[in-house]
Amino acid sequence: MDSRTLSHLRALEAESIHIMREVVAEFAKPVMLYSIGKDSSVMVRLAQKAFFPGKLPFPLLHVDTTYKFQEMIEFRDQFAKDLGAELIVHTNQKAIDEGANPFKLGTSKCCALLKTRALLDALEAGGYDAAFGGARRDEEKSRAKERVFSFRDKFGQWDPKSQRPELWSLYNSKVEKGESIRVFPLSNWTEMDVWAYIELENIPIVPLYYAKEREMVVRGNQLIPLEHNMPLAPGEKPQMIMSRMRSLGCTFCTGGIASDADTMPKIINELVQFRRSERENRIIDHDQEGSMELKKREGYF
Amino acid sequence: MSESQLLRFSTAGSVDDGKSTLIGRLLFEAKGVYEDQMASLQKSSINRSTGPIDFSLLTDGLRAEREQGITIDVAYRYFATPKRKFIIADTPGHEQYTRNMATGASTADLAIVLIDARKGVLPQSRRHAYIASLLGIPYIAVAVNKMDLVEFSETVFDQIQKDFSAYAKDIGLKNLAFFPISALDGDNIVERSARTPWFKGTPLLEHLESAPVAEDRNFTELRFPVQYVIRPNLDFRGFAGQLASGVLKPGDEVMSLPAGRVTRVKELPTFDGPLKEAFPPMSITVVLEDEIDLSRGDMLVDPNHVPHVSRRFAAKLVWMLDEAGGPNRTYLLKHATQTVPCEIRRIRHRVDINTLENVQAEKLELNEIAAVVMETRRPLYFDAYSKNRAMGAFILIDPISNLTVAAGMIEESTPESVEPLQLRNLEFVGEANESATGTQLTNAERFARAGHYPATVWLTARRAVAYLLERRLFDLGCQVHVLADDSESHLLPELSRVLSNAGLIAICSIASPDPSERDRAAGFAAANRFLEVPAKELPARDDDAVEVIIKRLEDLGVLRRKDRFERGEGI
Ligand SMILES: Nc1nc2c(ncn2[C@@H]2O[C@H](COP(=O)(O)OP(=O)(O)O)[C@@H](O)[C@H]2O)c(=O)[nH]1
Repeated sequence: MDSRTLSHLRALEAESIHIMREVVAEFAKPVMLYSIGKDSSVMVRLAQKAFFPGKLPFPLLHVDTTYKFQEMIEFRDQFAKDLGAELIVHTNQKAIDEGANPFKLGTSKCCALLKTRALLDALEAGGYDAAFGGARRDEEKSRAKERVFSFRDKFGQWDPKSQRPELWSLYNSKVEKGESIRVFPLSNWTEMDVWAYIELENIPIVPLYYAKEREMVVRGNQLIPLEHNMPLAPGEKPQMIMSRMRSLGCTFCTGGIASDADTMPKIINELVQFRRSERENRIIDHDQEGSMELKKREGYF
Repeated sequence: MSESQLLRFSTAGSVDDGKSTLIGRLLFEAKGVYEDQMASLQKSSINRSTGPIDFSLLTDGLRAEREQGITIDVAYRYFATPKRKFIIADTPGHEQYTRNMATGASTADLAIVLIDARKGVLPQSRRHAYIASLLGIPYIAVAVNKMDLVEFSETVFDQIQKDFSAYAKDIGLKNLAFFPISALDGDNIVERSARTPWFKGTPLLEHLESAPVAEDRNFTELRFPVQYVIRPNLDFRGFAGQLASGVLKPGDEVMSLPAGRVTRVKELPTFDGPLKEAFPPMSITVVLEDEIDLSRGDMLVDPNHVPHVSRRFAAKLVWMLDEAGGPNRTYLLKHATQTVPCEIRRIRHRVDINTLENVQAEKLELNEIAAVVMETRRPLYFDAYSKNRAMGAFILIDPISNLTVAAGMIEESTPESVEPLQLRNLEFVGEANESATGTQLTNAERFARAGHYPATVWLTARRAVAYLLERRLFDLGCQVHVLADDSESHLLPELSRVLSNAGLIAICSIASPDPSERDRAAGFAAANRFLEVPAKELPARDDDAVEVIIKRLEDLGVLRRKDRFERGEGI
């Protein structure tokens, strides 16, 4: 390859860094949503690069449903410490106290309260006018038309019918007080790009992504990890299964996959071998066709 | 894998030309179709076509659109082969086509224009080609689809190739390639089809994998818009931004705009260690040797190839809002890393996208394209879009609704619209006065508007020469004024100073020379900006005398060379 041609990963990196700097230059109070997942890890690395040798010029915000894997929470706290970044953790404590969980409320309602509502509350409480999210356009159909700078009204809502046209890399960052922008610096990355970059850059990720023997129950075609005293259906029996997570969410709603990929090259190889879209194993997307879009309209990332 | 390149392409076609099918086919062939997306396709409630798998449903998105069975916004798709990673900007061919196509085309290295083999080159195909050329897409792949429905006829294909090429030539499209395909059956997508033995070209996917797009990048003229200043402590001041063009290395000489100061690059620090060289489209941080105060919106450029600096320029606009717009309104213009208030000075004409005719217009409606003259409140540093996309592109934002209302492409400079500048070694008369008087105008802005340096011409020749010189300079586009010493000759030096400060060329026509006044006037003028022309040095004929004076003004660098001036170029 010509020495003055960027590899596709470096081209994506350059684009993402440009996006982040643009936000920090043009907004008064940005925040980065940090979900602890692999996409967040990549996003944080890009931010480190964008503002080197300075520190991250914004805090990280984690919306904690309290149903996250213990390994995720440990990783999060260590990660933020190593980085020297400001970490804000927000929980919809009222809903938790009232006993919100997916078994009682169903996954849609549970997500609405513990993720969407909590996120909107946290953004409002912090007075943030821009929030970075790690969503990618290749994740799901309704995201293919999402802008890099995605406008949200005073209620944090997204209107798929009136999005601002986005040309070149000239992003429109004008908002009124109370309105905000969700920014997706990884818009043009695919799952494969994210993994390849993690390997290239040696980025730390939650060990749940690597295969090991885990206690799981088989439910339909899903592997559900046992954590947080998950209620079992009649006839269900936990078993030790060599498995890993392809995406991380709440324990009840994140399916694992049987896998022996316990190193990064094995993970990438596995991905090449069978490309299941990573969201197959997130139960929420199967609620209803186009369900992600409904959530997004309400303010979910 | 990590060493593959990135190619961004857009697709355009009229409804039912088979664009969705083609994209679905490309994704499928590149194994970009994930298993479970396939699974959800099969249970999809609405199915528009009859085939076993409807590839086109892969590229549908939002619920509203799915219900209506149409695509109305740009959708981005991704697939990869071992050679390249592809980003497709999938733009709908009908409703809002101009706005959406322009959006998709803005970042594209290549465009696929679909043509239905049965229908040939339609008005829509021409529109798509025109927008591709307007947005400066360097490579065009014309996919002649549904060849299976015309028995893979070479004659049909040749005719379409001929028709399209003729039109492409008219609008200046380059790098055309044609492909006889069937998106449905897969002919000439991945492999050469046995059904088109007469076709000598490569299959479409191979073309996408090999089009030499990166070679078109501009590595010669440095343009680095400062996006953000990184200042973690007092010892570090880094200018962050994405390199728009040119190559940057430590030690390179750079000029800052608008100040016009020349310095060198000290270092290009990154998270992964200092860079030896940076090239577009890298996002970098530049540390300079001298303590120069730059902020967002400023620019580092090649001192030997400076961009245009002006508040006025010609541009093409694509109107993107369903509310009409036009002159006598303030918009915000975002260009590179600057956002400045601006107005559309006038609409030169609208372009009828079907006939390519120029039409008179007072305002701009949704999806219309027009040639306009823009005027910004502060100067922009720019190049023509056709030469440098990043340096010639802008968007307009309505300051009240905050909506993006138009996309703009700056056009080649013409004398009427653009005043190109040469900033190197620029000395301004009364530079120090700026801060003293509290004026909000900078000398750079005055200069930008005048298009020449201020100067004082001390002329002891015949009065007629002075007025003829004024006439000629005026015709050349200069701001000029004759001061005659008939009554208040002692005021001439002060008056010439005022005119110079205002950026004009002052011609002092002296009937009775007084050495002390001459010295005072020369003292007020900046070095090299005072020209004394004694009568005895001038030819007898007025015309010839004026020629000599203009030549000397050129030699002093006050005027741009005349021939270039007339072509609208810089010195
Ligand atoms: N025979 C034939 N039909 C095709 C081909 N490509 C697309 N079609 C059909 O043409 C119709 C319109 O295709 P679609 O991809 O939805 O068109 P779009 O509106 O341009 O996205 C569908 O019924 C397709 O199955 C082709 O190469 N050959």
